[in-house]
Amino acid sequence: MKITGAQGLVKALELENVTTIFGYPGAAICPFYDALLDSDIKHILTRNEQGAAHAASGYSRVTGKTGVCVATSGPGATNLITGIATAYSDSIPMVAITGQVSLDLIGRDVFQEVDITGATEPFCKHNYLVKNVKDLPRIVKEAFHIASTGRPGPVLIDVPVDIQTDTLDFIYPDEVDIKGYKPNYKGHPQQIKKIAEAVASSQRPVICAGGGVISAKASEIMTRLAEKYQIPVVTTLMGIGAIPADHPLNMGMLGSHGVYAANYAVHNTDLLIIVGARVGDRALGTAGKIAEKAGIIHIDIDPAEIGKNVSTTIPVVGDAGLILEDLYKSIQNCNTSQWLESLQQAVKKNKVKLKEQSSYVNPKKLLAELSKRLYDNAIVVTEVGQNQIWAANNFIARKPGSFITSGGLGTMGYGLPAGIGAKIGRPESTVVVIGGDGSFQMSMPEMGTIKQNRLGVKILILNNNRLGMVREIQKNKYKKRYSQVFLDDNPDFVKIAEAYGFKSEKISCNSQIDSALERFLADDNAYLLECSIDPEEETV
Amino acid sequence: MAKHILSVLVENRSGVLSRVAGLFSRRGFNIDSLAVGVTENPEVSRMTIVVDGDEYTVEQVSKQLNKLIDIIKIRALEDSDSVSRELALIKVNATSSTRSEIVQIVEIFRAKIVDVSKNTLTVEISGSGDKVRALEDMLRQFGIKEIVRTGTIAIERGNKYIKAGSTEEM
Ligand SMILES: Cc1ncc(C[n+]2csc(CCOP(=O)(O)OP(=O)(O)O)c2C)c(N)n1
Repeated sequence: MKITGAQGLVKALELENVTTIFGYPGAAICPFYDALLDSDIKHILTRNEQGAAHAASGYSRVTGKTGVCVATSGPGATNLITGIATAYSDSIPMVAITGQVSLDLIGRDVFQEVDITGATEPFCKHNYLVKNVKDLPRIVKEAFHIASTGRPGPVLIDVPVDIQTDTLDFIYPDEVDIKGYKPNYKGHPQQIKKIAEAVASSQRPVICAGGGVISAKASEIMTRLAEKYQIPVVTTLMGIGAIPADHPLNMGMLGSHGVYAANYAVHNTDLLIIVGARVGDRALGTAGKIAEKAGIIHIDIDPAEIGKNVSTTIPVVGDAGLILEDLYKSIQNCNTSQWLESLQQAVKKNKVKLKEQSSYVNPKKLLAELSKRLYDNAIVVTEVGQNQIWAANNFIARKPGSFITSGGLGTMGYGLPAGIGAKIGRPESTVVVIGGDGSFQMSMPEMGTIKQNRLGVKILILNNNRLGMVREIQKNKYKKRYSQVFLDDNPDFVKIAEAYGFKSEKISCNSQIDSALERFLADDNAYLLECSIDPEEETV
Repeated sequence: MAKHILSVLVENRSGVLSRVAGLFSRRGFNIDSLAVGVTENPEVSRMTIVVDGDEYTVEQVSKQLNKLIDIIKIRALEDSDSVSRELALIKVNATSSTRSEIVQIVEIFRAKIVDVSKNTLTVEISGSGDKVRALEDMLRQFGIKEIVRTGTIAIERGNKYIKAGSTEEM
């Protein structure tokens, strides 16, 4: 029986076990939206396509499924771009579906036409322009396969509107066969043996865990490995949660915004074992220097990451979980007691000194207090800026996936929609979005999405009336010549929240933290808590 | 900096060339030349890419290219173990007094004259990049009007060949 391309697209999503999608309609995607009415797939209407992409990302990160977002052609498609690029940087499996003008009009600059495959080509894992309705089932199958296997990432499918109305005999392929795409999962045994030997002869090994550990679901085996051989662990921003934040072997986040002990460990190690991290400049900017004196082991599913930013003594390509599993069995011995002792001294220097203030809320104290009140299954989602780093270093993430942030691209406006996706993916969890006043305003209208879907998302605004992190850069590197970082005429966030029907309040000193957090977390309703933060408060 | 030749099998689809070219510009790699043509299998094209750079660059180029879904296989060709050619058409000024000298030079290079007009000769030459350059140098004295070059294509010597599906050696 023949069905339309739009019906086929919906059917293919169903066959991929997609149950929730995020999007925003328009003329060029109307046939799809029409077909969606006959499906059980739940659609969340966000307030901006960027919100849809970020929500799909947050949803993916808590469910482990491929997030799906949908937009119309032209402006709808371009609004998705930041979300796609964000997912690419953080290796989040995502399928983005865009409408396109009809095939015969492509290339003529007609109404709402944009070359979205060309535009997204540099920052998505792969993309398709569907030119024949018969290809649609294969393309959808391939897209989900590519997005979720190997190093995960976003894949875009651009579907001209006449392809959506054209008809086909729908047969969904069972398997994909893409000649040029065969990810390698099993680590090379010879390389694993070499690592085992290197660990055995190392005095000061360190594991550096990146986001790849979480996406490979390798957190547990990594933690067990670290425990068995007593190897300390540092994490990148994306690796937070890979090992419990309060685990005695966790030295914390490394890098320019990291903590003392983590950086001390990396600078004094004789064997750095990097797992699922892309050695970004913020985290391991000095990796080249480390490499001069220490051995560097790099484990990654993406061969192109290895040797890209740091020369590697022992490279291993494959799935972090499988490799660490093999390694767990292969290491003979490892004596790190002296090393751990010296790190314990360093850890003492991690302790933050809190400033005495009476007219502000201290964000570090606030986040530490929040941690105490959240259960293990709570999820913290951040915006970008000082708020993100305060959360990274002071929220105690106990489980993989409990700390969600735009680590790779550093996208302001990510937190609120990603929090929405997270809450929809894990409705039973308490989801707290932490934002600065600047980044919160980039996605503020998504409060409408929260209201419409009755989502009990908690929003914590750390309001310093500044683009705090940029202000800090200008303070330290531009001799306090402050340029365009003042948000003095911020709206009354409490009133805005009330307009959306949220409970809301504002606090402005540390003594209010306790009781405010109590109310904030009391029930499962949306709540906005605005906290006055000292504009002079430092990031680390 | 040295030149490295990469032989790359790709899906014969629209968009692949722009993906490859885009990757080079975005990652700051220098392409010296890029030649594309379909292979014995109509679904597969071969790109011969000449890259200017050190070992690190070539490794990065290969790894990043490998990430593209449309790329099927990549092989770096060793100079000593491969044959490479470039084709050029050179349109040079020719007067009654210089014509015979040009013809002589063309013969020495085993090139061909493929078009003649009152004031010009068009020479076709195929060979290594060096050979093409040498002829160009010789012809420059007469005044070159136009040059078209294809960029390098290359193939491995002997029984080795690169195929989609398997890289075989007989
Ligand atoms: C979309 C986007 N634009 C600009 C930036 C640059 N940027 C990084 S942090 C920052 C300031 C963030 O201010 P705010 O959200 O108020 O957080 P704070 O640093 O004050 O906690 C800016 C502008 C960015 N990361 N993303």
